[in-house]
Amino acid sequence: MNNKSRGLKIFAFLVYFFLLAPLVIIFIASFGAEKSLVFPPNGFSLKWIANIFKIEMFRKTFLISMQLSVIGTIIALILGIPAAYALSRYNFKGKGFFNGIFLSPVLIPGIVLGFSLLKYLVIYSKLDIYTSLLIGHVIIIIPYIIRVISSSLSNFDYSIEEASMSLGANKIKTFFTVVLPNIRSGVIAAFILAFINSFNNVPISLFLTGPGVSTLPIQMLIHVEYNFDPTIAALSVLLMAMTAILMFIIERTLGLSYFAK
Amino acid sequence: MSLINLEKVTVAYGNNVILKDFDLRVEKGDLVSLLGPSGCGKTTTLRLIMGFLNSKSGKFIFDGKDYSNIPVHKRNFGYVFQSYALFPHLNVFDNVAFGLNLRKVDKKEVGKRVSEILEIVDLLDYEKRFPGELSGGQRQRVALARALVIKPDLLLLDEPLSNLDAKLRVKMRVEIRKIQQELGITTVYVTHDQEECFSISDKVAIMNNGIIEQMEEPSKIYNYPSSEFVARFVGFENFIDLKLVSKKEASYELMANNKTSFIVDNLHINDEIQPTKGAIRPDDLRISNIGLNEGTNTISGQILVRTFLGRDYQYEVKTDIGIFIVNHEALKVFEVGENVSIYFPTDKIILVK
Repeated sequence: MNNKSRGLKIFAFLVYFFLLAPLVIIFIASFGAEKSLVFPPNGFSLKWIANIFKIEMFRKTFLISMQLSVIGTIIALILGIPAAYALSRYNFKGKGFFNGIFLSPVLIPGIVLGFSLLKYLVIYSKLDIYTSLLIGHVIIIIPYIIRVISSSLSNFDYSIEEASMSLGANKIKTFFTVVLPNIRSGVIAAFILAFINSFNNVPISLFLTGPGVSTLPIQMLIHVEYNFDPTIAALSVLLMAMTAILMFIIERTLGLSYFAK
Repeated sequence: MSLINLEKVTVAYGNNVILKDFDLRVEKGDLVSLLGPSGCGKTTTLRLIMGFLNSKSGKFIFDGKDYSNIPVHKRNFGYVFQSYALFPHLNVFDNVAFGLNLRKVDKKEVGKRVSEILEIVDLLDYEKRFPGELSGGQRQRVALARALVIKPDLLLLDEPLSNLDAKLRVKMRVEIRKIQQELGITTVYVTHDQEECFSISDKVAIMNNGIIEQMEEPSKIYNYPSSEFVARFVGFENFIDLKLVSKKEASYELMANNKTSFIVDNLHINDEIQPTKGAIRPDDLRISNIGLNEGTNTISGQILVRTFLGRDYQYEVKTDIGIFIVNHEALKVFEVGENVSIYFPTDKIILVK
């Protein structure tokens, strides 16, 4: 083995170490027996995991987060799929502009977006908290939907669309019977990616949550402000596990190479 | 009245005019091929008939009715794509049944008709396979079956054989012709393969730059092209500029630029065209040692290049009215640089515009 490849190995190890070490620390600390978050932990206990389920606000906000993410993702899919289709299928004036508009929410800092949404949805339009949250989440996840669906449409053979029409299907029927089934994997990937993003979102939710309605990540922030026990570490571990399972499903159905494009 | 009437159709993308005042007539039951180099507008014509694109002006009359504004899905035409365009998420049976299901044909009838058509294209045991599991030839036959099973009023084929290997191409074209004749279905076939289209068509339309140069039976086009473009397309490689001197019954006397006179007496001279050129195939020119032949229809020249074709040698002969390509049996060999005379048989010269 020469020096160069040894150097590279060390470098790769360091990168992985700094990426994964905090997660490993959280994981281990969540099983600690003491009342505060320490590493390495003294003793072993599952009580902090049990404690998550005892705190009512976690249960409540988990359900709200779930609801918000699922409904938001579905709305974003309904808006995003036709948009992605139009952007990749047709050439029209201002296509670049629309592409930019749809992708801009990922470019604008979340905190800026969150603040402006607060100003216009809650203060100006006087929408209720839940609706505002939903709109905010739809806005931040639409870019992911459009991005993923567009990439699956980029290999789409539009001649099968013409084939379907030549056999007697109109445009709408063709979309549902021929286009949609063939980008199914893209739709699943977009759903999961958008769901994860919505579920984990902090900056938008931070501004839009209010009395009685909060999301799980926000509730976790609040919890950490007042308590420094391993409950939050235990909850983080559960959320990581959920994300890992979803990613595993994507990997199994599509392969992660889907996102490397 | 013909089944298909395209009348003065113009198709353009922006400023790029593909078809201009284009006319096409196809009789019921015929297989008509559109043949031409890429970019000549043949696929555009086919897509226009199917309704995939709209014309800027002109009319498309089908079976006496104006189809210009009827959308694709209401035309009941079968279309076979160059890429086959099978539905990747459906198996062979469902691909073929797609059009029938849209027509709300009942389940039993669908099963029966799909089986019938799959039997015709010899794919009966492949019903459960997906397009990804089929060979090119099998996909092509599924595409054909899918287009035929709806009993279309018109079958449109866009270079259906161009993705197959040479052997399969010959087999499939015979197959297509057989099915077309059995079902008596009017067909428009687009191809750039001359042999393919000549072998199966009732009529061939040679297209160039958005117009039909000539539309006739294959043998007529092959033997008596009416323009230089068509002549080149069907293998006339030699052209001489000629001026008409006198016209007699079934025989013309003409003169080349170097004052050599040419007699042309084939019986198929097209009276309607003003001939400006004579065309002849390399196989029909006679090459001989200089001096053996002199007089009308003969010019002399020098051999520039000799290539071996197998049965023949091909010579490029330089003369004072241009370079001619001559094939001659390998039994007698002429050397490069040798002076020879070339004789143009009077019945082998075709006059073109």
